[in-house]
Amino acid sequence: MNPFIVLGLLLAAILAVGAWQQKKKALLYEVSWGHQIRNTLTSKSFLLQLAGFVVFVVMWQLTVKTLSLPWFSRLPGPWECLMEWLSPDPDYGISIYTADYYTHIVYSTYRATTAFVLATLLGVPLGLLMGWSRKFYDYSFPLVEVIRPIPPLAWVPLAILILPGDEPAVIFVTFLVAFFVTCLNTLLGVESIDESYFRAARCLGASKKRLLLDVVLPGAMPFIFTGLQISMGAAWFSLVAGEMIAAQYGLGFLIWDSYSLIQYPVIVIGMATLGVIGWASSAVVRSVGRKLMAWRERELFGSGQAG
Amino acid sequence: MNDVNLKLVQKDQAQEAAVCRAPDGALSIKEVGKIYDPEGVHVVALEDCSLEITAGEFVAIVGPSGCGKSTLLNIMAGFDNLTAGEILLDGEPLATLDTAPKPGPDRVVVFQHGALFPWKTVLENVTYGPVVQGVMSPEEANDRGREMLSRVGLNNIETSYPGQLSSGMQRRVEIIRALINNPKVLLLDEPFRAMDTVTKSASHQYLLELYNATGKTIFFITHDLEEAIFLADKVLVMTTRPGYIKQTLEVDLPRPRHYGMLASVEFIEMKSELVGAVHEEAVKAFEAGEREMA
Repeated sequence: MNPFIVLGLLLAAILAVGAWQQKKKALLYEVSWGHQIRNTLTSKSFLLQLAGFVVFVVMWQLTVKTLSLPWFSRLPGPWECLMEWLSPDPDYGISIYTADYYTHIVYSTYRATTAFVLATLLGVPLGLLMGWSRKFYDYSFPLVEVIRPIPPLAWVPLAILILPGDEPAVIFVTFLVAFFVTCLNTLLGVESIDESYFRAARCLGASKKRLLLDVVLPGAMPFIFTGLQISMGAAWFSLVAGEMIAAQYGLGFLIWDSYSLIQYPVIVIGMATLGVIGWASSAVVRSVGRKLMAWRERELFGSGQAG
Repeated sequence: MNDVNLKLVQKDQAQEAAVCRAPDGALSIKEVGKIYDPEGVHVVALEDCSLEITAGEFVAIVGPSGCGKSTLLNIMAGFDNLTAGEILLDGEPLATLDTAPKPGPDRVVVFQHGALFPWKTVLENVTYGPVVQGVMSPEEANDRGREMLSRVGLNNIETSYPGQLSSGMQRRVEIIRALINNPKVLLLDEPFRAMDTVTKSASHQYLLELYNATGKTIFFITHDLEEAIFLADKVLVMTTRPGYIKQTLEVDLPRPRHYGMLASVEFIEMKSELVGAVHEEAVKAFEAGEREMA
């Protein structure tokens, strides 16, 4: 298939998603769909967002190709990367038509997701416990604070020694970073809860155990989800670092490998792919958070039906 | 709330009282003392603080910031222990030297900045007490909560979240959340402090209506003297630290109270008496360099 047709299809898909979102907003603000789209397209915020991307690509083209500044002269230009990415017969073996491309994506996504899920399952309860019990906090917090600053890459050798094979080692390193972020944000969330809520719940007859479920968890939820978004991002960056050192697949490996093999456009393809996947995964976490915290959403939207 | 609703509330409460024959919330606070000892710094918050509150009485307590009003309330609520004396509720020990403080639904607090759970809807907030204590099934509690909300005209907001409501509305819901537990005493810790004058006066009206309807004992902290006189049967003046009750003002304004009374001669006389007493303490507190406490 011709790269230009694919490019057209991609643009059409992006436009369709955008239009669908505008439809939802139009319903929310009770205006017509066309009106909403027109409003968005002419809004300052949208034009600035668009301008940001355009300026970025123009600068890239200028520095690398048009002016070909000394430091940038060996880098691939935007057009070259785009064509390579869309080519049915890519020069360096990686494009949207090659199975390898997807293998790398699947490996990385699988690792990041596993690490993120593990970090959430362990980090949230640990953070809640640390915030809830003074004793447990004293016992564990200093330890956490000393282990936390150790950079993820410093764990790689030990991880490889302890765990069987490269795969668990890479996941472990990714997990660690996400875990600390999640745990500390949860702790911060519990500490941020106004003492009055605990007192009110006790007044109304809640046992200490009920407090954990009825006050601590929902009260810490906003911080937990901020933490999860950061942890998702942190998972991706430590994953890529881990993959560069100890993996046979994955986007981090792909980027490093392409560097060794002087396949520069592939580096950019790998990076751009990481950008898009990272953004999408954060968006997923954010939307789950919104669903779980309807009360906050409605607060922000003002007094809907409060009459 | 209109008159018909008021009568309904009164009738219902009378029936409840007849069925439960619950003691009605007489508090006796005997020589209560409280010494805070954070890191060896001896702070006497309350000393020899004694007062009697009869069942169904509306008592307001005023005094300079940081005088120990909230300390007394926290001890009564069971958030804090006392270091001398004792407090009895209907003759039963509520707070003593030997028992660990324990909050409970027989004396519910309404907080200064409001403490409705923002993650629960109005109805979920109101039904929380009976459900968590296990005295009502969630369905029963929902029915009862809806009934109580609709009596005060709040049934249209039962699915709203507290963050969507005005502060006046929030406080009304919080008082309903307390009343659904049929407490013996309501402890109100400056609940209208952060409100603008207009919201405040409406909130006074609602509180008085609920008080007239339920006849609960109310212990009300404030430092708004007008508010204290307008609402209460008895206004107590607390000294600056160490806090004790320096003066008691019996308010003999008839009930139901209405805003016209604010301009009456009796009201103004009482206010000037109170201003003098509180001012003296305020100056002492100021000169002692007391830190303002919320």
